[in-house]
Amino acid sequence: MSEYVIQARQLSRNFGDIKAIQQLDLQVEKSQIYGFLGPNGCGKTTAIRMLIGLLKPSSGEIEVLGLKLPDNADKLRLKIGYMTQNFSLYYDLTVKENLQFIGRVYGLSINEQKKRIDELLDVYDLNKQKNQLAGTMSGGQRQRLALSAAILHHPELLFLDEPTSAVDPENRRDFWEKMFALSDQGTSILVSTHYMDEAERCHKLAILKSGIKRADDTPENLMQQMDANVVEIEANNLPQLKKDLLELSDIISTAQLGARLRVLVKKSVKDPLDFLSQHNNIQSRDQLTLARPNLEDVFVTSTGEQST
Amino acid sequence: MKALSRIYAIFYKELLQLKRDKMTFAMIVMIPLMQLILFGYAINTNIRHIPVGVVDQSHSALSRILIQTISATQVVTFEQHYMNTTQAEAGIASAQVRAVLVIPADISQRLARHPVVGLGTPPATNQETVRPVAQWMVDGSDTLVASAIKSLRNMPLAELLKKPANRNTPTFEVTLFYNPEQRTVVNIVPGLVAVILTMTMIMFTSGAIVRERERGNMEMLITTPVSSLELMIGKIIPYLFIGFLQVIIILGLGHVLFHIPINGSLLSLAGATLLFITASLTLGLVISTIAKNQLQSMQMTVFVLLPSILLSGFMFPYEGMPVIAQNIAEALPATHFMRLIRGIVLRDANFTDLNRDIYWLILFTLGGLLIASIKFKKTLD
Repeated sequence: MSEYVIQARQLSRNFGDIKAIQQLDLQVEKSQIYGFLGPNGCGKTTAIRMLIGLLKPSSGEIEVLGLKLPDNADKLRLKIGYMTQNFSLYYDLTVKENLQFIGRVYGLSINEQKKRIDELLDVYDLNKQKNQLAGTMSGGQRQRLALSAAILHHPELLFLDEPTSAVDPENRRDFWEKMFALSDQGTSILVSTHYMDEAERCHKLAILKSGIKRADDTPENLMQQMDANVVEIEANNLPQLKKDLLELSDIISTAQLGARLRVLVKKSVKDPLDFLSQHNNIQSRDQLTLARPNLEDVFVTSTGEQST
Repeated sequence: MKALSRIYAIFYKELLQLKRDKMTFAMIVMIPLMQLILFGYAINTNIRHIPVGVVDQSHSALSRILIQTISATQVVTFEQHYMNTTQAEAGIASAQVRAVLVIPADISQRLARHPVVGLGTPPATNQETVRPVAQWMVDGSDTLVASAIKSLRNMPLAELLKKPANRNTPTFEVTLFYNPEQRTVVNIVPGLVAVILTMTMIMFTSGAIVRERERGNMEMLITTPVSSLELMIGKIIPYLFIGFLQVIIILGLGHVLFHIPINGSLLSLAGATLLFITASLTLGLVISTIAKNQLQSMQMTVFVLLPSILLSGFMFPYEGMPVIAQNIAEALPATHFMRLIRGIVLRDANFTDLNRDIYWLILFTLGGLLIASIKFKKTLD
């Protein structure tokens, strides 16, 4: 039986009339990277803030690292690290000063601080920038600084709120390497993202849409158990075909990929290839192939909407 | 121990940020420096050389001597001659002059009947025959100017008649303590300490929490173990030093430039200043926890600052205000500090003389810290 670092039951939060999170159940295992996937405004940040104790839930129960929230929020703070969506360290302090500030705030001794900061500067490749003001650094550097600040006090559990949204692809890949390294060392990580490729790298994944959890499993299971088949069609006049196909109730979505149209057909349709070739607009010379589902298809199927 | 480390973290961070904020840093020194020089030289309630005009209807040697005698007091300077009173009134209305002296044609007769001349008019008829020798028409809108001219009302006339200045024995003898030369600046400079501290201390801290929120640092700060009280204390301490620096600038320079005596002990001065600075800083923190952005915190600072200047006794004596205004003034820390610093600097008063003001400042600080800590929640709700 694996150990859970986060358990939430029937978690809800309203802002006035807006239901930001509705009846969210969540279980995150130790040493895993758990992903929140969803479009902007789906409640990822709200959920994370509640799990940290920054927001009080309107209803529901939360237990993080064995501590009941929101009552034990103060105790929890020493055990978790949190990287906010927007850079929240001080732009007018240098890298080193920012890290020293965090070190003092968490009560590290002067020796510990020194050792840990040197170590982090090394691992996160910030030695050259250590005396540079955070405000003058690039997005990638700033993000590495934010991560090192979040893990400076060796938290058991790390919350990362869209850590890579302001970073180029190379830095993103690099960032994920660092996350896996942390996870290997035993740190549990909850990360939110709206990138499919990132979500695919998580051990487990929850898909959020308008504050409701639509799916929750490993990326592989999600793709295998997806409630649709994927068919790729090569044909002329794709925009017209796309329009026509979308009118059929058994078609979940269509998306043009260059010269091909990627069509999601409901699983209830026994033979999707045959079903599509019956369609008026599809000529015999058009190529129809079954394709392997990807996470974007899962996302679209479970949220019933085209992803951004 | 851990708490101290956290307070030190906040304190040191504030220092670094302050050091990099060159403009703010310059203002910390420039505000007291400029205001001291400006107010020290500019504010003067002993008014001299008021521009006035004259309507001389007698055109006599006597009237010319009278004008010269008045000029010699230096209270007024004669700048205009008017033909008649209508012109003179127009001159006052158009602000050419502040007042006009009207010398009647019968000035010699009036003077002859004046008791100073001592021709021995029968006492019974005094009321009917003795009239003032001339008349002042004054723009009375500014009470300070008006009272300066009113002070000429009983100007001795003996000199006019080449008689020895045989002045009457006054009803009272007045001995002026602490500021015998009656220099306004002696009262202004210690008061200026209160005004400038109110301004800078409240202004700096009122933005303190708001700024963290506006720049997005708050979300990070509240996920750390820093408690709200530690945050407040850490943010206040750097400004304590700044407050003291400003006091040293104002009183030190006041001593050098304006010869303001510092009669009280430096220790009680430091004690009183410390109390006032912490009171002002906590007031700023309370504002900071209420305001949503820096503009709002600025507006609230001005809301406190204006009564602190106008009601605290800095500009106008506390005793002259109606009771309601006095009650409002009592609530302001600046009023109490105004009494403390004037008492210590000018009168060498000790703390037991001023304990009511001391207690109020302590009470204000504790209350402010409590309110600020309660208002500042460590959640984003």
